[in-house]
Amino acid sequence: MSFGPMFLLATMEGLVMAAVLALTALGLSLVFGVMRIVNVAHGEMFMLGAVLAWAISTAFAGHPSIGFVAALLVAPLVVGGVAMLSERLVLRQLNYDPEATIVATIGLLYIIQQLALTFYGADARPVQAPFNVRVQLPWFGYSGYKLFVIFAAIVLMLATWFVLTRTKIGLIMRATQYDRETALAFGIPVDRVYAGVFALGAMLAATAAVLVVPIQQAHYLMGRDPLLLSFIVVIIGGLGSLRGTIIAALLIGLSDGIISTLYFSPTLAKMLATLLVAMVLVFRPQGLFGTVAK
Amino acid sequence: MAAMTPLIETRGLTKHFGGLKAVDGVDFRLDKGEIRAVIGPNGAGKTTFVSLICGRIQPSEGTILLDGADITSMPAHKRVLAGIAYTFQITSIFPKLTVYDNVALSVQRRLLAKGRVTHGALASGVEEALERVGLAGRAETLAGNLSYGHQRLLEVAMGLALQPRLLILDEPTQGLSDGEIETFIALVREVARDATVMLIEHNMQVVMELAQKITVLSFGKILAEGSPEEIRANVAVQDAYLGGSHG
Amino acid sequence: MTMPRSTRKDIFLHLAVIAVLLAANYVLPEYHRSVFSRVLVLAVFAMGYNLLFGYTGLLSLGHAMFFAAGMYGAGLPIYHLGWNVPVSFASGIVSGALLALVIGLLALRTTGVAFMIVTMMFAQVGYLTSLFFTTWTRGEEGLVLTPAMRTLDLGGTAISLSEPSLRYLIGWALFSIVLLLSLWLVRSPFGRTLVAIRENEERMRMLGYDTFRAKLSAVVLSGTFCAGAGAAYGILFGYVGSGFASIQYSILPLLWVLAGGAATTLGPLIGTFFMFYIIDYTSGLTSAYLLLVGVALILLILFFPKGLLGTIRERWAKWLP
Repeated sequence: MSFGPMFLLATMEGLVMAAVLALTALGLSLVFGVMRIVNVAHGEMFMLGAVLAWAISTAFAGHPSIGFVAALLVAPLVVGGVAMLSERLVLRQLNYDPEATIVATIGLLYIIQQLALTFYGADARPVQAPFNVRVQLPWFGYSGYKLFVIFAAIVLMLATWFVLTRTKIGLIMRATQYDRETALAFGIPVDRVYAGVFALGAMLAATAAVLVVPIQQAHYLMGRDPLLLSFIVVIIGGLGSLRGTIIAALLIGLSDGIISTLYFSPTLAKMLATLLVAMVLVFRPQGLFGTVAK
Repeated sequence: MAAMTPLIETRGLTKHFGGLKAVDGVDFRLDKGEIRAVIGPNGAGKTTFVSLICGRIQPSEGTILLDGADITSMPAHKRVLAGIAYTFQITSIFPKLTVYDNVALSVQRRLLAKGRVTHGALASGVEEALERVGLAGRAETLAGNLSYGHQRLLEVAMGLALQPRLLILDEPTQGLSDGEIETFIALVREVARDATVMLIEHNMQVVMELAQKITVLSFGKILAEGSPEEIRANVAVQDAYLGGSHG
Repeated sequence: MTMPRSTRKDIFLHLAVIAVLLAANYVLPEYHRSVFSRVLVLAVFAMGYNLLFGYTGLLSLGHAMFFAAGMYGAGLPIYHLGWNVPVSFASGIVSGALLALVIGLLALRTTGVAFMIVTMMFAQVGYLTSLFFTTWTRGEEGLVLTPAMRTLDLGGTAISLSEPSLRYLIGWALFSIVLLLSLWLVRSPFGRTLVAIRENEERMRMLGYDTFRAKLSAVVLSGTFCAGAGAAYGILFGYVGSGFASIQYSILPLLWVLAGGAATTLGPLIGTFFMFYIIDYTSGLTSAYLLLVGVALILLILFFPKGLLGTIRERWAKWLP
């Protein structure tokens, strides 16, 4: 293939990647923004969403779109429930101490991952796409489903943005993020806000995963890359900033898609990206984690 | 006296936080052996001013001289070794360590600077500092279990154990009982025999009894400076501070 | 921190532990002796981690990189250059120390959560590096150091380090040295300084301590101990692979130290011993044995944050270092 079509293909793949990544990272960013904790098990929420999507879609006979729609509705709800449960049983007991929370969510990571291994197994399993249309682009036909993923991610992010900035729920969340004590004094049920935000963060990851399984198979270890990439996006984009998260996801998703399709080995790309982000954290910590300390 | 190099001198010392000038072009001199009180209404920049001197924060502009040498860019820990000790406004001890160990950290720092740390030198240094503040019997207590007044005294003991040339006390009598204040005044007088003392203080009785000279800060600037009598008679000070505290 | 009068009691305790572990070499059945020799070396890893996490209060999520630096620093020259064992071991330790110095200089610019994430990311870079240079490291598959590569030349007589009793004794010796070194360190003025930095860093600065330098020294010492463990592990058990650089080997020392008791000298040994046996036992039953790691982490942080020895010290034996 010559450069033109190759580049277009890489860009399209990068956009799909960026769309999925933006949704996942948004969940992580939301949780950090409002609760000031890092959820290391975020990637496992993604994985759980994918595995559940496989389980639900295979439970439905008939046209694959029925199973897919069911998965899109049910899987995020189940994952949200799991997240809320862990928030109640563990994180709240730790009083959201940042360091203890990280240790606890590492524990959570292992528990979810190993349970998936036990009940789902070590195989990677595909989920059929709900529809099979090819859209003609200048040089080649492209999967209509992948275009749908981009579209769906945009819709979901617009919805999140609307909730955050235009509704009372969003106002309450922002008030809690701004100052926990004052929010408490104004009668905001900070406790319930935290549980809700933690569940919402996980649900965003799970939704992204349901969208991605028809492209990428479901596997119990699939949570690692989204976790690391979400970290990268959140750190580069600035915490709790919706716009920053989306821009960074676009940047990382596109460059990852383009770089790995066109040039380097993906290992080298990952290595350099991780190193770069670590350096950003080292030399600009105030802009990224600066608001943690009160 | 006038020909002597002051222990501390600041020239045009300024610190702003965002748009707010907490300390604004302060020229200040502190002679050796003095007991100086720094007073002023809340938010006048007193803590910021002494924090600049001890190096906890960096100035935006201006210079600080210790014994005539420029220490403006010297990091805080080196200033301590050069003889400037600071005790915190909000009690800042090591609550999970014993009283002995709290003071031992100061003594150890002083001994490390000279060379070797031996158990004997450490123990006698700690004992001496605790003796001076009257906490000798409490060496084994966890610092966090001391009463508030005793924690303030421990804080002072940690400063003393460094054997500083300048001891900066930030609101040392806040929260102390009358009896404890008496003890404290006597202690500062004794300390002042071989060190210079600078204290931020709200309790005017303590200020009048101890200070040889008073500096009044208001809105980050020196409003007045002089003997306790002069300050008491100063109309501007009464307006800004003494009068203000009644209204 | 301790008072002089308890000195004799705790030195005696540590020597007793060392003596019991020496005797174990001669009474344990073969299987358990082999497990013990692994636990002793991994306990050195845990002790190195504890110096930073327990005593200095810096929670790193990237210590696998120091373990792996020691392992590769020793293993690669043995495998590719035919270096002898002592020189390779030293090369492993030096690699870890240098890496720790660089990482310390960078990561210590951050604190708290950012420090955890940064160390984790640097370790991830290390892991990916070991995968990237797969020509030399063979990545996840790893390098097997044959018994012939692992012989000690003692004045003409070559002894193989794959011999179980000798292997145990070397692990034991390394463990004993690091344990006594740790004991001495935490009782020294330097140890007192680290603990005080953990408790109140700002106050330490205002007592005249260069806290950055103290923390950097702690990172380097910790990294050096962990590299020593990694080098010994590679040499004694004859395998060097990327798996040891993965995130899991950054989590394990945290788990061991939490279980045994952070900021106790003997806690790392107890924690490593305990968790190693549990994981070893369950991995025979199920492939999802890592589930236990997760459950243990959560239970420890929720109900037992001081670990076994930490709780004993708090309740009954205040003199424990």
